[in-house]
Amino acid sequence: MTTVAAPSAGTALDRVDGPEKVTGRARYAYENVPADLAYAVVVQATVSRGEVRAVDADSVLQLPGMIATIWHENAPRLAPVEDAELTVLQSPRVAYRGQVVAVVVAETLESATEAARLLRVDYRPEPHDVELRPDHPGMYRPDHVNPNYATDSELGDPDTALAFASVVVDATYTTPAQHHNPIEPHATVALWDADGLTLYDATQSTSGVRATIAPLFALPPESVRVISPYVGGGFGGKGAPHAQVVLAALAAKQVGRPVKLAATRRQMFAVTGYRTPTVQRVRLGADEDGKLSAIVHEAFEQTATIKEFAEQTTVVTRMMYAAPHRRTSHRLVRLDVPVPTWMRAPGETPGMFALESAMDELAVACGIDPVELRVRNEPTIDPERGLPFSSRNLVACLRGGAERFGWAGRDPEPGVRRRGRQLIGTGVASSTYPVYRMPSQASARAEPGGGFTVRIAAADIGTGARTVLTQIAADALRVPPAQVRMEVGDSALPRASVAGGSSGTASWGTAVLRACEGLMDALHRRAGDVPPGGLEASADTAEELRSQRPLSRHAYGAQFAEVGVDLDTGEVRVLRLLGAFAAGRIINPKTARSQLIGGMTMGLSMALLEESVMDLEFGDYLNRDLAQYHVAACADVRDVDAFWIEEEDPDLNPMGSKGIGEIGIVGTAAAIANAVYHATGIRVRDLPIRLDRLIGGGI
Amino acid sequence: MRPFAYERATDVRSAVAACVAGTADGAGAVYLGGGTNLVDLMRLGVVSPGVLVDITRLPFDEIEETAGGGLLIGAGVRNSDLAAHPLVRRRYPMLAQSVVAGASGQIRNMATVGGNLLQRTRCSYFQDVSKPCNKRVPGSGCPARKGDHRNLAVIGQSEACVATHPSDMAVPLAALGAVVHIAGPGGSRQVPMPGFHRLPGDAPERDTVLEPGDLVTAVEVPPLPFATRSRYRKVRDRASFAFAVVSVAAALDLEDGMVRDCRIALGGVAHIPWRAERAESALRGSPATEAAFAQAAAEELAGTTPLPHNAFKVPLARNVVVRTLLDLVEAP
Repeated sequence: MTTVAAPSAGTALDRVDGPEKVTGRARYAYENVPADLAYAVVVQATVSRGEVRAVDADSVLQLPGMIATIWHENAPRLAPVEDAELTVLQSPRVAYRGQVVAVVVAETLESATEAARLLRVDYRPEPHDVELRPDHPGMYRPDHVNPNYATDSELGDPDTALAFASVVVDATYTTPAQHHNPIEPHATVALWDADGLTLYDATQSTSGVRATIAPLFALPPESVRVISPYVGGGFGGKGAPHAQVVLAALAAKQVGRPVKLAATRRQMFAVTGYRTPTVQRVRLGADEDGKLSAIVHEAFEQTATIKEFAEQTTVVTRMMYAAPHRRTSHRLVRLDVPVPTWMRAPGETPGMFALESAMDELAVACGIDPVELRVRNEPTIDPERGLPFSSRNLVACLRGGAERFGWAGRDPEPGVRRRGRQLIGTGVASSTYPVYRMPSQASARAEPGGGFTVRIAAADIGTGARTVLTQIAADALRVPPAQVRMEVGDSALPRASVAGGSSGTASWGTAVLRACEGLMDALHRRAGDVPPGGLEASADTAEELRSQRPLSRHAYGAQFAEVGVDLDTGEVRVLRLLGAFAAGRIINPKTARSQLIGGMTMGLSMALLEESVMDLEFGDYLNRDLAQYHVAACADVRDVDAFWIEEEDPDLNPMGSKGIGEIGIVGTAAAIANAVYHATGIRVRDLPIRLDRLIGGGI
Repeated sequence: MRPFAYERATDVRSAVAACVAGTADGAGAVYLGGGTNLVDLMRLGVVSPGVLVDITRLPFDEIEETAGGGLLIGAGVRNSDLAAHPLVRRRYPMLAQSVVAGASGQIRNMATVGGNLLQRTRCSYFQDVSKPCNKRVPGSGCPARKGDHRNLAVIGQSEACVATHPSDMAVPLAALGAVVHIAGPGGSRQVPMPGFHRLPGDAPERDTVLEPGDLVTAVEVPPLPFATRSRYRKVRDRASFAFAVVSVAAALDLEDGMVRDCRIALGGVAHIPWRAERAESALRGSPATEAAFAQAAAEELAGTTPLPHNAFKVPLARNVVVRTLLDLVEAP
């Protein structure tokens, strides 16, 4: 135990779970097959609002392999909880088309699927209201926006400042609903025994699922175990449990057997969350030199009738640029639509599309280079909170990115560069994401035979968390990573926060580090001797986090895009995408780069392709498969690269790291839209930037 | 998915007999080729055949030269093999290009020529059994007209149906006047394209002229020496693995700056691969200039009747026709 290893943090360690994943040994939720397993398939409402009048269970009773049909009249009662998305099959009410109204359980998936298809459900339909409009009479001011920000903010007198500004940009931007579409659909295997309930689940938080599901079944949390060692992507869609987790547990309870339930790709467009569509009005007032006097950013969004989710779309604007007069607001309307949720950088992603497009419009209006415009409006302290920044290297990202991209000497004139039949343009936008850290626990154990085991109920949803935590532990234990066995993804492990808010490394890393430090102390006291039963230490970071001093903590970045727009067809192709980021200390350059370019790729996809189309007549999202809901294919992503600026920030966490899981998607769409403007002279303010918006725009 | 019977045909006669027997049973029988569209539709409940007659073991997997310099392409030839075939690439570049422009490598490895011709529309309503669709359930209505129709037809559609045919491959085949060889309960027959596919009219449930039990055995591509100067241009939202918003297959026969002959067909605009005969006749004998190409395109597209959300397809189709023809003039 006296090995001294070179620090692993900062090195590009290969994913420690790579071999398991590529050889198929990694077992995902749906691949668990307990004895006596039964299969459940959901039946979704075919009305968008109303009541279930009757479910004709007899109509499928005689089918081969049928075990049970469960609906609101015969479902086990759940304890009342606030989250109506989870109190499934408890009432005849239908709140949106696609809501689950029954579950069929059978011996095989095929039998259950066929029974679900044939099950007759009678409804009493009511007229629906599914269209987001900023002037909707139902618009209201939520108490707060996600997770707990003030709904509105105001500083100075923005209306007067706008009235007297030399240059004003006043524009409305829209972003459509978007669905996460991780490669692994949401899936749960539920198993009841004498100890309680076991859930093999695809989740971003085993501790969170346990804490949420236990009360529904009136169980103490320790009677629920959630196991989720491998997750095939989440993007926020698996951040909190959705209906399928409860349905699997409920069905297993009803039939007295383990039950497996997965959402199909099509079902995921109704029952596992999505990003709200937004309508955003941005007003910027500036002097001729581009110095901002006023920033006003108003967002209009939707939520479901059964649950409020208020996306924090304009919160980012409170911190981004300096201006004495400012206002931000959020208004929400409850529609007969599925329940929206977190999706990669909720708030920042749609909000920065609008703000950074407007900044580009201001640069054009002032005749100032868009990089320079942003530099001129760099604040010295957080403009609305009045706090110092722990570190802020936006300007370094803008300058460094511009240099590497070859921005210098850019002719701002739009619509004048041709390469063959393509119009060529370049664009820039800022990126940012807050630094969050949440309380977590961890344990570290020296094994009697040598080596260490470190445990935490963290989630590796493909991010590389397991690898990075291994590196943090190895360095604290002063051993090579190979001597550390990292266990994550099980609620039986020390409680951990959600894989969300780009907070994993900071939150879990702190707990892992403290546990390892505790173990090193214990080992030191024993002069390195490991007793026959092993030696263990644990940590809880709640106290440490409470003592963190108030600062404005954010990661920053700048994204540069070059696009080609086909003169004949309006097809937009992103020729080059470069991101420059300042996100504290990068612990694993390989997994970090994947996170950053992955986020940028998702941002490209958002810019050009992704749109869930609401069917106004029937009230559901229409394009419910990957042939109709387009995500970027390899051919769309030609040249995407990211680099980062070394950033020392002692006021973050012991690792000095900022989150990198989400910042990559923030600003990408604006950089591309700004490049499209530069290429064509057409300002597209409504995503996605499809060819018809350019053909129609008179390219 | 509803239970179904599976039969593997060993020759054409038994295949047709099995399909007819299944049909007579009332359960419905269909032929199974690559299954890349059919199996999806079965999972969705859009089609629920009682019998699948697997025809992948029939001897339809060859591409043969015909006497006059054309090709006879077996209906079971996989799309990948069609696109890679040296004679296809040399004689009909637009055909090879169209196949490669479609789907993904994995799907092209499975999909057959016959199945490609018989693809069903990707209209959202057709694929959603919880909603009306005249093509799926005749007489139930067409929500696409007032709903989502961005990707749907701008020419030749009817009150009953505004669906488009999704195939890329069928577009150059229509331009080439390919002939579909059919074996049916009453014997064999041949149907030239584009007459093989049907406009929707008041019977949109019928995509083609095939009768129950009819089996596509081959597609014969007639000789067309000037098709060596041909091109397929596909416009799509996503750079790969996406259906055409609009596509054009064109071949040009030039002499002294004049168009001696030409072939033009459009995809993504109609219930059928749309042979642009008006544009073709306008161009024959005219100068090979941008103005002439634009005039020909305008004449063809004068007959379009777009809906509010797909009106952009008309200028788009015009642009793509003109550009594709110009490309053929500039770089054969």
